[in-house]
Amino acid sequence: MSVVYDIRLTIRYSYLSPAGANRTVLRMCPVSTAEQRLVSGMLSVDPEPDFRADGQDFFGNARTEVAYDGQLSEYAFRFAGRVERNFDPDAFDLSCSLADLARETSDFASIAPGSPHHFLGASPRIRHSPDIAAFARDHLAPGISAFEALTRISGALNSEIAFDPTATDVTTSPVEAFHARRGVCQDISHIMISALREVGIPAGYVSGFLRTEPPEGQERLEGADAMHAWVRAWCGSEMGWVEMDPTNDMRVGEDHVTVAIGRDYADVAPVKGSLRTAGAHVTSHSVDVVPV
Amino acid sequence: MGKWRPESRGTDIGLIEGYAPPDGVADELLKPDGTLRPVWRPLLEHLSQLPPEALAQRFARGDQYLADAGVYYRQYSDSGSTERAWPLSHIPVMIGEDEWTHLAEGIAQRADLLERVIADLYGEGRLVQTGAIPAGLVAQNPEWLRPIAGVKPQSGHFLHFLAFEIGRSPDGSWFVLGDRTQAPSGSGFSLENRMATARVFPDFYARAHIERLAGFFQSFRSALYDQRHDADGRVAILTPGQNTDTYFEHAYIARYLGIMLLECEDLKVVDGKLMVRTINGLEPVSVLWRRLDSRFADPLELDEDSALGTPGMVSALRGQTVTMLNCLGSGVLEARAFMAFLPRICRELTGQELKLPNIATWWCGQASERQYVHQNLQRMMIGPALSTKLPFDIEAATVFGGKFRNAAHQPIGNWLEREGASLVGQEAVTLSTTPAMIDGALVPRPVIVRVFAARTPDGWTVMPGGYARIGRTEDPTALAMQDGGSVADVWVVSDTPVDRTSLAQTDKTPFVRRLPGRLPARAADNLFWLGRYVERADFALRLLRAYHLRRTEAGPVATPLLTKLESFILGHGHPLDSEIPDSLIDLFEQARNCATKVRDRFSTDGWTALDALAESARALAQDDGDVALDDDDGADEVDASRKLSQLLRQLAGFTGLVYDNMFRFAGWHFLTMGRALERAGLLTTMLAEFSNPDAPPGSYDLAIEVGDSVMTHRRRYSVDVTRNTVVDLLALDTDNPRSVMFQISQLNEQQAQIPRRAGAPAMTEAARRILKLETRLAVATPEAMSAEDFRAMREDMRGISDAISQIYFD
Repeated sequence: MSVVYDIRLTIRYSYLSPAGANRTVLRMCPVSTAEQRLVSGMLSVDPEPDFRADGQDFFGNARTEVAYDGQLSEYAFRFAGRVERNFDPDAFDLSCSLADLARETSDFASIAPGSPHHFLGASPRIRHSPDIAAFARDHLAPGISAFEALTRISGALNSEIAFDPTATDVTTSPVEAFHARRGVCQDISHIMISALREVGIPAGYVSGFLRTEPPEGQERLEGADAMHAWVRAWCGSEMGWVEMDPTNDMRVGEDHVTVAIGRDYADVAPVKGSLRTAGAHVTSHSVDVVPV
Repeated sequence: MGKWRPESRGTDIGLIEGYAPPDGVADELLKPDGTLRPVWRPLLEHLSQLPPEALAQRFARGDQYLADAGVYYRQYSDSGSTERAWPLSHIPVMIGEDEWTHLAEGIAQRADLLERVIADLYGEGRLVQTGAIPAGLVAQNPEWLRPIAGVKPQSGHFLHFLAFEIGRSPDGSWFVLGDRTQAPSGSGFSLENRMATARVFPDFYARAHIERLAGFFQSFRSALYDQRHDADGRVAILTPGQNTDTYFEHAYIARYLGIMLLECEDLKVVDGKLMVRTINGLEPVSVLWRRLDSRFADPLELDEDSALGTPGMVSALRGQTVTMLNCLGSGVLEARAFMAFLPRICRELTGQELKLPNIATWWCGQASERQYVHQNLQRMMIGPALSTKLPFDIEAATVFGGKFRNAAHQPIGNWLEREGASLVGQEAVTLSTTPAMIDGALVPRPVIVRVFAARTPDGWTVMPGGYARIGRTEDPTALAMQDGGSVADVWVVSDTPVDRTSLAQTDKTPFVRRLPGRLPARAADNLFWLGRYVERADFALRLLRAYHLRRTEAGPVATPLLTKLESFILGHGHPLDSEIPDSLIDLFEQARNCATKVRDRFSTDGWTALDALAESARALAQDDGDVALDDDDGADEVDASRKLSQLLRQLAGFTGLVYDNMFRFAGWHFLTMGRALERAGLLTTMLAEFSNPDAPPGSYDLAIEVGDSVMTHRRRYSVDVTRNTVVDLLALDTDNPRSVMFQISQLNEQQAQIPRRAGAPAMTEAARRILKLETRLAVATPEAMSAEDFRAMREDMRGISDAISQIYFD
């Protein structure tokens, strides 16, 4: 089964005082993977930048770098395209036992982008947290599989962390959100990644989209109004990478479209920029994901 | 005294009678049988011939050199940091040429090996695939930078300048304790240690066959220039800035090699090319010697929180538009765990053993290695696998001799089992000892030597010398300066006369840079403001002195002139409740701050004078204790004007030094423009207030005095001071350096000499504004100049300053 989506993503910035020396990296364009195919798509930048380079980053995400020489007070970044999603997650648990995962990981002799080694330990937004570690361990049981651990932790987070768009912002750390027991998909995913790594499960961050309106008779999912985020975890060499959406406590499937993967949000931020401005800025962000 | 014997046989030199190295370690001075090593004999004999007073005098000469050169280090404490004298141990470490040659071969081999390893880590990744290096030690290494993966350095190499920490084991062989591949420091300090030590033993140094360091730097400098891909490309050092411990070294070495000293904010990436902002616009940078840790270099692709970086730097590297020494990401090799694998990698890649072994290291992520470490706890130091510190540096989770160094109590076996992948065991080696002179006697102290290697077209060249660190006590964990450790020069002694190349002449000549280079915009900005602050301080000193003198004369009576002067001084931001107000000290600090940022362009003497000035101001301010000025006591006022006069003289000394000695290139123009603009501006504000017909009695004299033109006035007019003579002398005179007209002409001359940017209009906005003002002054007459005119001119000058900033500094 497959679903084809027409996707539009627009992110706008406007500054109260003009910003100069702007250089921005965009990760807004979905890539083709085993689970999806980018049928067509274009990332447009308005106004036309003085410099633009399109390429891939370490993890294979589409990366666009743009720069402006002069000062500007408004920018708009737009992705419009069509993606065919073809994803039917395994129904079986093919993962190794959690106890064997460390050995399976260390036997994986590679630093290629798909290697689980990149997704353990600290990363830019994720630091060791004894509290999250204790939380994660509380939800394990002796002899469980890596996938079972993933499912339990996702379930626990879904019931304990309230979805609350007002509680956090993009700079909130996972530990802060964890203590506040509330946050959005970014926070919940970060907490889950942190929890998984604490118990030795390699885990990374996925940014992407959810279909805007659910199929008839189903509930609208949390996170459909903006870019969404979820978690991928490595469950041993047999099962490999598994994607889980802790915000909605579900396996990732046809309703999700991947844009970028990384260790945490810092690797996949849709817009990452450096600019010199003294004034405040306002951002708007809109997403439409419509099945064709 | 005179305890020396002329021609000695064995160890009969008195100085070493009580010298007793600890058991079980090698000693640099003595062989295991207790006899003197031949390489030390000439120095020891020379030392023995010097009476203690002469020796103390010589040591002091070395220390004085370092103090004059401005070499210091920062001592950190809970309450902040303080600058301390550079802790030179005056006795150099002597190493014979044969031994050195062998050592240098080992260093070159190791450097080549490291290059192959790093090229693989950022390239194919075969070392990981074949199991030669565990994947986790790379993937979780914070210095393995993913954006660099796949980058092919323009020069073909990741590594160009390396340092190695080496020590000598009890069997007398050298071994590596740490690889320094990120942005090694110390080569500049080695030069300073050499300068100082050579001054301690001038006659001896001149005739002994000690390898000079300059040849190494000459090869390195030409290697830097060889890396340029176009003849116009700049060669520069990238420093994190003045707040770094090693900033002195960056500035020193930039001046020594005659290359630009840049900070990230000087740089900009345009169309994928790395450019430096200069007063003439953007210029390409071809070669960058990076002294900033990689992860701070580009906030866009590396550490997003870095406030230091240049966005797009990684892009420029990826696009092969710049050669960076060393390439971003080179710090990955510093992790101590790599030393567990290098010996085998060397065998596998080259078929050879490491000529210079490293400290025996076991990664505890492997079962058999972990077990070995556990079984040999007594001779192990166990610490974080990815740490870049030396094994002796104390860290929280370090086990030494089977015990945790901190309070943690847990069975070591469990700890190793659970966290093995993040731990390494390293053999608890001992360091050799070398003599240090303490209280007139030579005593053995542990020593570690940092040696430097530079890539040249003919392969690696190793600096014949080094940066030795010497322990405060016999404890080898107290080598760091923070712990009271000291540093020493390393002398490589040849059997035959040595090549006496020297690059050091450049160091002697204030402000001279041998290679014409564009002036970075930031440097120009700082020089301009240095000129302004110094002039502002000069004016404030004169105003304050004039005030205190008049206070003395007036006694407790508040004259109209004093009242007006008080509010004028307050208007300039200086409170009158202390002799040396904090606002004045701030001005000196600001001037010093600007000078610090252009230290590579600033003579040591000029710098020292400015530093001393800020110090004097602070000392004099504290001198008056907590007692506020007492209005009834004239003695305070006299004291105040005496102190202010002292500072004025010192300031004149500084400006004399700088203005007489500074090379007339672009930097000079900006310094002078800053000074001229500030002086002209302050004069107009003063004239607006004190040259009016309705100003209080004594105002004209005051203006002439603050304008430092009393003598000139007397000679020029031979009449009483009138409004017209004041205005004529301080505003319109073309020959009085204390007149507005003179300074605006100066400003015009200076700006005309700044090279024009390509494509810039014939006349800049600044030039147009300056010319208008100059013309206005040229046609003015004293009678026609009103307070309003002066205020308007002051506004014109603000416009000129803004225009200069916009054209040259943005």
